[in-house]
Amino acid sequence: MSGATHVRYEILRTFRNRRALLVTLALPLVLYYSIAGGNRHATTAGISFPLYFMTGMAAYGAMWATVSTGGHLAIDRSRGWARQLRVTPLRPRTEMVAKVLAAYLVALPALALVFLAGATLGVSLGAAQWAEMTGLLLVGLVPFILMGLILGHLVPGDALVPAVGGLVVLFALFGGALGSFFNSGAMLAFVKLLPSFWLAQAGKAALLLGDWPTEGWAVVAAWTVVLVPLAMVAYQRDTARA
Amino acid sequence: MTGGRQSRGIELAGLTKSYGDVPAVRGLDLAIAPGETVALLGPNGAGKSTTIDMLLGLSRPDSGTVSVFGAPPAEAVRSGWVGGMLQAGSPPDLLTVREFVTLIASYYPHPLLVDDVLRATGAGELAQRRTTKLSGGQAQRARFAAALVGNPDLLVLDEPTSGIDVEGRHEFWKVMRGFAAQGKTVVFATHYLEEADAFADRVVLIARGRVVADGPATEIKAKAGPRSVRATLPHVDVGSLRALPGVVGVERHGDAVVLSCSDADVALASLFARFPEARDVEASGGRLEEAFLELTAAASDRCSEEAAR
Repeated sequence: MSGATHVRYEILRTFRNRRALLVTLALPLVLYYSIAGGNRHATTAGISFPLYFMTGMAAYGAMWATVSTGGHLAIDRSRGWARQLRVTPLRPRTEMVAKVLAAYLVALPALALVFLAGATLGVSLGAAQWAEMTGLLLVGLVPFILMGLILGHLVPGDALVPAVGGLVVLFALFGGALGSFFNSGAMLAFVKLLPSFWLAQAGKAALLLGDWPTEGWAVVAAWTVVLVPLAMVAYQRDTARA
Repeated sequence: MTGGRQSRGIELAGLTKSYGDVPAVRGLDLAIAPGETVALLGPNGAGKSTTIDMLLGLSRPDSGTVSVFGAPPAEAVRSGWVGGMLQAGSPPDLLTVREFVTLIASYYPHPLLVDDVLRATGAGELAQRRTTKLSGGQAQRARFAAALVGNPDLLVLDEPTSGIDVEGRHEFWKVMRGFAAQGKTVVFATHYLEEADAFADRVVLIARGRVVADGPATEIKAKAGPRSVRATLPHVDVGSLRALPGVVGVERHGDAVVLSCSDADVALASLFARFPEARDVEASGGRLEEAFLELTAAASDRCSEEAAR
């Protein structure tokens, strides 16, 4: 009754989802090597391109990992499993904790692989910088874990893949994980309101500033504050239906 | 479980539930004593599943109350008193059958042994198989094992054997009986008449969102209006047959007569007393199917009358 079994099986299921896992882990690596490989001696925004692009791909890969893992809920719903759980004593909180842990456990190897790829292209950072970058990324992922869960509650199982893909690409593109396209004016002000902007900035923040500016923490916190009740509403709406 | 809680049973009182403008349940009352096995019998769209959803706390009634062993349904579910087998409640993907049943067991305070339950439900040979690689009958066995493994006091099954062959159904109910024999309360929805007849202590007939008949299967059959008695009885006039106690109508077909009876037992007794020459006597007890059609049709008539008013 402790919920430990549920958490363990949720993680087991996540790692048995081989094809999804393969795409999640391989996609950022393929993109990274094909783009940074040919530009390994270039410099962007004052840092080496392999380092610059590594931080973007880390954000992209981790976003994909968390949104798609949370989104697997849509499959549970379409099979009727989510509803079956409602007639067991399992606490909704345990269910939530399991989903969040599973999402992080996929995000961690995704990050590690991109960092390793960076190292093979000559990226070299101190331990403190690696740790800080990882820490900021993990905090910045909270809104994306919530978005994955909300998506899982809202979309039907067969629409999950395009929904995850669309959401991640939009946030990655506007947030600058694939390259900074919005560097001034109103668009910059807008993209700075996206959690993905700060996710993509995590690497640069660790390198250059030592931290996110207050604005970064505020944006991530604001998205979290808005998304938590939305996730709860989506959960309840889902439960009440039928 | 405490004796106090067990003695409370299950009470559904004045339940109504609509989906938009469509009423699904319209004033349903039902009290179930602990240890009873009750069938909710009714055609598709009668309100059985909606009633079950409210009993399990999956949906909230528009009005009326549900009490499960003295507690609101959500609390009963949280306490592990309830096991449910929903119509479309497939096991999660990416687990084996054993893992699935073990997972469900982990949610309950006093579960049964997973291996015992797998064996009893015939899911033992499927233990290592992935839940997504099961046939309909196999998936049903896995879900059945999951419903039992929590060792709940109340087991609620929504059309548990739909799509299962006769043999599978037979096996299912054999195990179910063993479970019910331990004093468990079982409520199941079905539209298989023979299943309700064979396995329930009590049949609750639901039509148009209301209880239209409630009692042992035999009692429901008796409500099916006149049963008929057929006999070979030449040279007796129809009027004197109609005068027999328990007889409400007579038809003659050559030498044979068919008596429609308000009480077939009385009619048979008086027939033999007055006309000992009667031969080839056959009493056709109203079958459950007839009772079912008749009672549900009566309910629809009442509804259309109400709608017309």
